[in-house]
Amino acid sequence: MEEKTKEFLKEKFGDAIISESEFRGQLSLETNRDNLFDLCNSLKSSSELDFNFLIDVCAIDWLGQDEEAKGRFEVFYNLYSLKNKFRLLIRVRLSGNDAEIDSLTSIWQSANWLEREVYDMFGVEFTGHPNLTKIVTPDELKGHPLRKDFSLTYETPQFSHNKNEPPEVI
Amino acid sequence: MTVETKKKTMNLNMGPQHPATHGVLRVELELDGETVVKATPHIGYLHTGIEKTYESKLYYKCIPMTDRMDYLAPMSNNLGFCLAVEKLLDIEVPEKVVYARVCLTELTRVISHLVWVGTHALDIGAMSMLLYAFRERELILDLYEACAGQRMMSTYFRIGGLAYDLPKDFEKRVRDILKKIPEGIKDYERLLNDNMIFRKRTIGVGKISAEEAINCGLTGPNLRGSGVNYDVRKANPYCGYEKFNFDVPLGKNCDVYDRYLIRMEEMKQSLSIAKQALDGMPDGPFRAHVPGVVLPPKEDVLTKMESLIFHFKIITEGFKPPKGVVYNAIESPKGELGFFISSDGTNKPHRVRVRPPSFVNLSALPKMVEGGMLADVIACIGSIDIVLGEVDR
Repeated sequence: MEEKTKEFLKEKFGDAIISESEFRGQLSLETNRDNLFDLCNSLKSSSELDFNFLIDVCAIDWLGQDEEAKGRFEVFYNLYSLKNKFRLLIRVRLSGNDAEIDSLTSIWQSANWLEREVYDMFGVEFTGHPNLTKIVTPDELKGHPLRKDFSLTYETPQFSHNKNEPPEVI
Repeated sequence: MTVETKKKTMNLNMGPQHPATHGVLRVELELDGETVVKATPHIGYLHTGIEKTYESKLYYKCIPMTDRMDYLAPMSNNLGFCLAVEKLLDIEVPEKVVYARVCLTELTRVISHLVWVGTHALDIGAMSMLLYAFRERELILDLYEACAGQRMMSTYFRIGGLAYDLPKDFEKRVRDILKKIPEGIKDYERLLNDNMIFRKRTIGVGKISAEEAINCGLTGPNLRGSGVNYDVRKANPYCGYEKFNFDVPLGKNCDVYDRYLIRMEEMKQSLSIAKQALDGMPDGPFRAHVPGVVLPPKEDVLTKMESLIFHFKIITEGFKPPKGVVYNAIESPKGELGFFISSDGTNKPHRVRVRPPSFVNLSALPKMVEGGMLADVIACIGSIDIVLGEVDR
């Protein structure tokens, strides 16, 4: 199945596949964000490959590890084909200043919540998402907790000393 | 005189303290009379940042936190994490560990489904089911206690093996469980299968077609209830599942009742797998021999210098897996539970992503309930089998 997938993608998206790697028997392909939507769409609609399942969307923050050369965020798409029992990881690097990528909600509905979670945790914007809002963190929380520069231990205490609501004087 | 027509629909918040939402889930419902027009689940009340916490822990210290996600199936979570790290390290575990893990995770599937059948029947109005289901669950929790010393947050599986050797009366206890639980399941089926109220509340409710279920990313009994044959144990066997004989039950009608039937059948299949694992379990060590990664045997630590050094180094420094990204999926009682671990070559994971089955399954709730009755929302939430600890992490 691996060979078929590679061939299919080389034929249709020859230049869009930046690199391919295999680690512990898991094939992963790197592409760029301009081609992601078309690539996923053709992977799903191809009757031979038939990647009908979007299992997971997640991201990694590579802050401090050659993030300037390659881009700070790496978004992973975990596709699965029920017919061929084959899993494929697609990775896309995004720069830290311009973390924006096409939403896959129109291809797979499961992308809806998964992309919202990535947005909430990393601040990666998904263009074309029907409802890109926070999903697990409270609305008051500023920042994106899974970014590496989000402070884990120190939190600024917020005392307003009731400036806005002075206590009632009886 | 003309009467101004007002907005006909009404908004209702269900939860987050509603007992039938199985935790702190809030569903914002737009109702037209008793019909649900729109449902929007709101989650995050139990968010504790488990994924962030993993990044500051040594690999073996992450295991206790996996228990706390899906607290109804702790050993499945342990297994998922341990297998992912073992894949990253590329180590193999002894045959006895494989069989013990299979036996215990299948019993975990049984307790998870027992809690499910008890609470789901309770939501629908069959009060006594909960008591019967918890009676049988107790037997397996006692086995947990004998193995790991804990009844719920067991942390029994470790990277490269088990925490302790199996207890001496392990076989006797499991045989006892294998004898008693099928009798219990027969009772539940007699109580529920032909129960008029139960059937009326579940048949034809919460339908989701096979295509929609795949598109929404449903996994586990919810997907198989729609007739899609996807079970990670069969599709991509892990932990020696290719050696065991079992069937994957499939539904036809895509409704709540079919999901119930599938879970009942899965319990029987799980007990059969546990029996096969117990029969085939060989003798041997309960940990792999990988110096520097897996703790050496306790006797060696007390008598040999190198073992003592390894023990000390593993506990204080941990181990350093190679750079890379692995994804390992297992079939947890709720569906496909995946652990995605990225290692940067240090002794702490660079990023751990949990692919929670409940989270993705819950996102399909609006599809199931919209257009149905308000009372059926309860039946649908129950049938998805969510654990909010896992949804929010």
